[in-house]
Amino acid sequence: MIRRVTALIQRELVANFLSPIAYIVAALFLVATALFFMPLTLVEGGEASMRVTLDWMAMAVLVFTIPLLTMRTLADEFATGTIETLMTAPVADFEVVLGKFFGVLIFYLALLLTTVVHVFLLLKYGAQDVTVVLYSYLGMILLGGLYISMGIFASSLTRYQLLAAILTMGLLSLFGALVNEVAGWFTGLWRQVFNYVNIIHHFEDFSKGIFDTKAIAFFVSGTLFFLFLSVKVLESRRWR
Amino acid sequence: MIRVQNLTKLYGDRKAVDGISFHIEEGEIVGFLGPNGAGKTTTLRILTCYMPATSGAASIGGRDVFNNSMAVRRIVGYLPENAPLDGNMRAREYLSFRGKIRGLNRPDREAAIKRVTDQCWLGDFIDRPIHQLSKGMRQRVGLSDALLHDPKVLILDEPTVGLDPGQIRETRNLIHELAKRHTVLLSSHILPEVEATCERTIIIAGGKIVASGSPEELKKRIREGSRLILEVAGPPDEVKKTVSGEKGIQSVECVASDNGWHRLTIETQKNVDPREEVYKIVKQKNWSLRELRLEQGSLEEFFVRITAEQAAKQRSSKQEVRS
Repeated sequence: MIRRVTALIQRELVANFLSPIAYIVAALFLVATALFFMPLTLVEGGEASMRVTLDWMAMAVLVFTIPLLTMRTLADEFATGTIETLMTAPVADFEVVLGKFFGVLIFYLALLLTTVVHVFLLLKYGAQDVTVVLYSYLGMILLGGLYISMGIFASSLTRYQLLAAILTMGLLSLFGALVNEVAGWFTGLWRQVFNYVNIIHHFEDFSKGIFDTKAIAFFVSGTLFFLFLSVKVLESRRWR
Repeated sequence: MIRVQNLTKLYGDRKAVDGISFHIEEGEIVGFLGPNGAGKTTTLRILTCYMPATSGAASIGGRDVFNNSMAVRRIVGYLPENAPLDGNMRAREYLSFRGKIRGLNRPDREAAIKRVTDQCWLGDFIDRPIHQLSKGMRQRVGLSDALLHDPKVLILDEPTVGLDPGQIRETRNLIHELAKRHTVLLSSHILPEVEATCERTIIIAGGKIVASGSPEELKKRIREGSRLILEVAGPPDEVKKTVSGEKGIQSVECVASDNGWHRLTIETQKNVDPREEVYKIVKQKNWSLRELRLEQGSLEEFFVRITAEQAAKQRSSKQEVRS
């Protein structure tokens, strides 16, 4: 199983590095991150931490870049018909989904690594609490995982990449900014419910440097849930 | 090797495959022939574990395609229609990836790639990006992939569609070669293709098997009730009358007249060849004779006829349902 998933991850990475989209997304990611970092943090009186930048990345940058990375994953297999060669080889459906997931996750981690430059810049101007930085990056990894699993789920629903991307952007903003807005309209139990499904809400703990096992559980279970849904969608395609 | 029992597949209300049964022995090379939309691809997809059947059972090498799907996938090599491939990889990279997911370790993989490269004459194309390859080359890469794990059973969906005549001939020869080591099931909607490559043909139309057998057997079935072509110069009415009087003749029809010459088609009864009798009449009457020929129905005609019959049957049954 490990060998098959590794092969699938490799293929996913190769496909990413060979496609121009991945480079465009990488460029977008870097520019957008810097655009938040420079005017909000790297100014006089700015808060010398990654918090502001990472919060904006979670709320805005990733909402637009992750869908562009995940849209290809399954939709393209359906569109080109390669899914047929894949699913008639001795490969289980969940292995296909895992391969896609880790393939995109590794690419995302490479992108995330580039933001470490900002941390070094900050170290030049002020002391950084290393644990806070580490926690916030742990949060970014968990958040990325959840976003990617949601993107793969959207990609499993259609053979049109563009549709998958738009769907993912919709999902990500629904469980981020939108729920945040809606929660404000309610009080009591409903408010709690809307706050609970708010991804950003859980992420903010990490960027503040709080190690919260509840939030970790939220991200991990959310990721598994969407990966599970993707496997089920993939299976159900056979029955049609 | 391949055993199919009462297989049915519904897409919504539409029956794509309607209770077909057949089996294929080890080492056989069988053609699955039918017009577009007859249910060929659906059947092959069920056999290769891409989709489950609505009802019925199928097994390959004694393993059930639904309950023991992984075991079936390991012994089957499958070339889907149009050979879908990862366009941005090089052929070698693609085959290497396919070898990996089939669980071949590095030395085995390299040996296997070397073997299929020779078998399918990939040559230098092995190091080209797949999207640069021609249709025929892509088809070969797809076939190489299907052969990579040296499968017991090869299932090829329309292996020569979209190829030029030279490539078609090469592919046919290749399939012939392969049939020596593998059990082969290939589908086609072109009859000469199946006639040229397969020992046995299963003709499918409207989701049902309408005929099966070797090309010779099928031809024999057609020969029952064949037709004579006669071209003579003589009074047409008299010709018609005397010839219809002969034994074993069902009907005579004058199809063309030209300058005193008449062309007649004579439908005969089963397994009757009245050429001699017809010639004797012509000689006796002292008419001039230009042509006397026994026309044997071609497999092509047979194929067109039975598939048309099947389509007509379906149409009428649909109308019954409606009324």
